[in-house]
Amino acid sequence: LAPWVPVVGLEIHAQISSNSKLFSGSQVQFAAPPNSLVSFFDASLPGTLPVLNRRCVEAAVMTGLALNCSINKKSLFDRKHYFYADLPAGYQITQQRVPIAVNGSLSYSLCIDNKMSQMVTKTVRIKQIQLEQDSGKSLHDDTRSQTLVDLNRAGVGLMEVVMEPDMCCGEEAAAAVRELQLILQTLGSSQAVMAEGQLRVDANVSVHHPGEPYGVRTEVKNINSIRFLAKAVDYEIQRQIEELESGGTILNETRAFDSKLGCTVPMRDKEGKQDYRFMPEPNLPPLILYDAKSLPANMNHQQVVNIDWIHERLPDLPSVKRAKLVEQYGILPEHSFTLLNEDGLAEFFENVVKQTQMKPKKVIGWILKDLLSYLKQRSLTVKESPVSSLLLADLLNLLEKKEISSTAAKQVLAELWKGEGKTPLGIVKEKKLELMQDQKELEEICQAVIDSQENEVIMMVLG
Amino acid sequence: QKVRAEVLEHLEHLALVDFRDSEGVERLQRAIQFADQLHEVNTDGVEPMDSVLEDRCLYLREDDVTEGNCTKELLKNAREKVEEYFVAPPGIVLLIK
Repeated sequence: LAPWVPVVGLEIHAQISSNSKLFSGSQVQFAAPPNSLVSFFDASLPGTLPVLNRRCVEAAVMTGLALNCSINKKSLFDRKHYFYADLPAGYQITQQRVPIAVNGSLSYSLCIDNKMSQMVTKTVRIKQIQLEQDSGKSLHDDTRSQTLVDLNRAGVGLMEVVMEPDMCCGEEAAAAVRELQLILQTLGSSQAVMAEGQLRVDANVSVHHPGEPYGVRTEVKNINSIRFLAKAVDYEIQRQIEELESGGTILNETRAFDSKLGCTVPMRDKEGKQDYRFMPEPNLPPLILYDAKSLPANMNHQQVVNIDWIHERLPDLPSVKRAKLVEQYGILPEHSFTLLNEDGLAEFFENVVKQTQMKPKKVIGWILKDLLSYLKQRSLTVKESPVSSLLLADLLNLLEKKEISSTAAKQVLAELWKGEGKTPLGIVKEKKLELMQDQKELEEICQAVIDSQENEVIMMVLG
Repeated sequence: QKVRAEVLEHLEHLALVDFRDSEGVERLQRAIQFADQLHEVNTDGVEPMDSVLEDRCLYLREDDVTEGNCTKELLKNAREKVEEYFVAPPGIVLLIK
């Protein structure tokens, strides 16, 4: 049987972290009474007009720069028409013709064969980033045959990040999205919490034989976590292969991922190809961005978005932070990945290093093996750790000064986890875990042991 | 030129309006004829203009919360409501002219 080449592309919608919406002044907030965060514009009442939020533009420029995109100094807004209860205007304002950023790339890392020690770097091309409106929320009440609509989310700013079909499996898709999530959180342009709908991912999946044209692709939606993303993509690849190998065909359709069953199913409402009747948004002139060279002299600076100004203020991206950790502390690259993967862990590690004489290369073992496993066992975040960086540093100092053995240190750590307010030194004294330093006393103990085990000693001497 | 049946069905689906009686189709055909007059203009080498606003400055708003909190007022427009939700039919419904 000829091998199959799976092809995976992603469309990611990230909610912009801002106080107010993309085109109106109503508040952006996750949980609120229904329809309380809705302005007349969001409800699409006649006579209302869109007014662009500068913060949303800056968020998109930051994200574009972090993803190595070309920022379009002139971008345009369009209307995308379709009917749905949570889209009161009957169209979404988006950027279909000329989006704000294009042609970028994202590098991410994978472990080969699940071994952290073998990491490989891959790149996925970013086709574009566009600004667009989020829709409201529909709650389907099947018993009463009606839909309840909450427009709180309608009009919230989104950045749609389109990743080219450069990925080949669930693991790659998951790793790429995870890295994007870390970048967005570092920039602050989106909090990117998937559970709160701040990061939504749709996967485009197809398979083909090497050398042949790409196969028909399906779109997979309703993926609610990074773990489910990997599962959904892998399931869909398998499903398509099995379908084609048994002589069937793949329909160009939209499918939903059912997390309980672990499979994809055709979606009800999306039948046939949609005709969105894209047209320019007549109420918005082109969005013009400036850089240091093109900056107009007499313009109100509040009306100006300066790409170079934003570029200068970009924080260190995760990849840079990792490289710095490796260089500064001599830890392994895979260690830096784990440090950045847990919120607050890198900071914790650096705080411990500052407060202890133990070398960072030894400290990292305690952070990644002992501390992290305790946290994971109890589903705690680093912030919720009963053991502070100071306490751990004190403990490691005792170990480093050879006042206790490493076995004893682990015992002390176990005590500290109970969070009873004891100090490492206190526990050592309480449980009499001090290492004996007196040479003469040690000799006496060893002699006593040898004297009491005469037979065993004779056996050992005889070999 | 007559408008084909599949095109009519597609248009109805897109607009969610039923206009397929003979008067509706006739009006549509005359509207298309009227718009076709645009083809008489030679636009070779001319950049399309998509908005009379294209030379205007796009105003940027500060990221402040200035609106919202008018649930009661908004729901006055609702034919039906459940608690503070708008009520809509379960699917997409074709409007009868």
